[in-house]
Amino acid sequence: MVHYVFLLGAQSAWDMLHEEKSCKSITTSCSDLDEILGGGINCKEVTEIGGVPGIGKTQMGIQLAINVQIPAQYGGLGGKAVYIDTEGSFMVERALQIAEACIEDLREYDSFLRKDGKPCQINKQPNDFLANIFYFRVCSYTEQIAVVNYLEKFISEHEDVKVVIIDSITFHFRQDFDNMALRTRLLGGMALKLMKLANKFSLAVVLLNQVTTKYSEGSFQLTLALGDSWSHACTNRIILYWNGNERYAYIDKSPSLQSASSPYSVTAKGIRNSVSNCKRVKMM
Amino acid sequence: MANKLISQMGLPKSIANIFAARNIITAKDALSLTELELMELLDVGLAEVTNAVTHISEIVSPPYQTVLSLLEQRVQNEYLAGHLPTQLKGLDAALFGGIPFGVVTELVGPAGIGKTQFCLKLALLASLPFTYGGLNGHVIYIDTESKFSSRRMIEIGVNSFPEVFHIEGMAQEMAGRILVLRPASLAEFTESLQQLKVSVLQHQVKLLIVDSMAALISGESGQGHVRQQSLGWHISFLKSLAEFSRIPVVVTNQVRSQSGDEGPQYTFQVQSARDNPECPTSDSHLVAALGIHWAHAVSVRLVFESRSGLRFIKLAKSSTSPPVAFPFNITSAGISLLNDEGMEIKGPEITTIHCQGHVGILNFVNDE
Repeated sequence: MVHYVFLLGAQSAWDMLHEEKSCKSITTSCSDLDEILGGGINCKEVTEIGGVPGIGKTQMGIQLAINVQIPAQYGGLGGKAVYIDTEGSFMVERALQIAEACIEDLREYDSFLRKDGKPCQINKQPNDFLANIFYFRVCSYTEQIAVVNYLEKFISEHEDVKVVIIDSITFHFRQDFDNMALRTRLLGGMALKLMKLANKFSLAVVLLNQVTTKYSEGSFQLTLALGDSWSHACTNRIILYWNGNERYAYIDKSPSLQSASSPYSVTAKGIRNSVSNCKRVKMM
Repeated sequence: MANKLISQMGLPKSIANIFAARNIITAKDALSLTELELMELLDVGLAEVTNAVTHISEIVSPPYQTVLSLLEQRVQNEYLAGHLPTQLKGLDAALFGGIPFGVVTELVGPAGIGKTQFCLKLALLASLPFTYGGLNGHVIYIDTESKFSSRRMIEIGVNSFPEVFHIEGMAQEMAGRILVLRPASLAEFTESLQQLKVSVLQHQVKLLIVDSMAALISGESGQGHVRQQSLGWHISFLKSLAEFSRIPVVVTNQVRSQSGDEGPQYTFQVQSARDNPECPTSDSHLVAALGIHWAHAVSVRLVFESRSGLRFIKLAKSSTSPPVAFPFNITSAGISLLNDEGMEIKGPEITTIHCQGHVGILNFVNDE
């Protein structure tokens, strides 16, 4: 039942609860990470993922662009993806690899459920996955702002877009600014628009961020880039980091999740659970 | 796109005139203000501002492509996905064919480990005719540390490709295609980069090498903000030069030692480390001279290091391969791998740079 709401545009907390429950999330393909995230990357939220170079931010971005397309009968969203590449780091070949691995997994899932040997149901090809990723290459902060403004129109024409990935939110804003107050205002404005987009179209927004060092309490510490006021901009903040020999994801900020960390790994198939006991040391 | 004129965007005359009157000429001018600021400055209502901004944004926004169409383009134009083979079998396999076109590849390691040797070989490979596996192009070699040696390069050539270099006049032809620049200051370097932009496209330049980036940046401007600023410009420039001219850009980086524990960590890690006082702290260790801002910008990072007297090339960052290390030595033909298998590396090992007892690089050069 829907409650009577006397204030135009408002929504009762009870109705919101229902909506939150029905809200889907995108799996990261790492079940440990999904677990601490409460199922995966949530729709209707802006999630920031940051980490040192080479930790796997772009890999995570590509993985989500593929996973958002997992059909509903496999527990996915059957959606499409917008990938905004500000750094030129998107790898087409890698996306193909991850799509192939995803189909393989879905087939495996099929044969697991259908022991009677009926033919597989999944009839998607890797190319179908690639055709459903809309790729924007952005070369300046002006273009970045423009794309974000334009997305509302674009997505209303492509309603099955369920994830918007910006890889990275940081790059252009880190190069060309002397006026930090202006930068903060522009970033703040962009974050608001993305938040609005996430809500309006029930989609997930994923912003990849770089790290920087910051001097505090007598030592240099790592922190995500773009400063303190930016750190308020996103719903969730996930930090990817090295813990000994393993990659870990840490929930640094979230209004609904406990802070927790989980290991993950980057394999030829994409993001997966960490398998630290199965080392593939070839020599020495 | 950012400098596109608002007057040419087909906005209603009335609002376009207001933008012009307030000296908001380009898309960049308009989009560098929030909608509220625009309202105030232009003195018009929110609806009009929003409409105008939406209109401008749609025009300035780059067109999209599906990843499938990107893939098809790559297949059709092999050069878009091209690689410069290093002719080191294992490394080429890990890199899907060699040093990738269109991105910045970084070589980092201690002095005397073999970075310049690697660069010299790459320069030769790019200038070599197609029939010998080269790119048949010009090479621009920016030598900031005065380490470039033509004699050594020819020697590598003669020993690596005897069939080419024994052809009459070929050594001259090859070496003639490699243009060496020796900027003496950061300003000079910046100027030559700007000139490069044009000549790269006009003169069949197939490779740009900067050996090294660190020397100029750390030598010139001091610490802190100034340094970050100028580095930011160079990063953007090199990245876009690589991307738009579709050539490989190879940049070397020095190392510096950092004392204390494992370098900076996140706050939440520091806290847990405090809870666990037995956490060992190592001695001083090596880190890349250009910091984390730079490291984010490079697409491929090759670490050159030595462990127990053995040299390794470590593929520390790449989106095509897990981190692997290959032992190598330096011969009269340049760098050669001791095996092509490579060993996978994990965790902090990926980013650390070891320097344990490599000595006397290029002894053999003097043994004539």
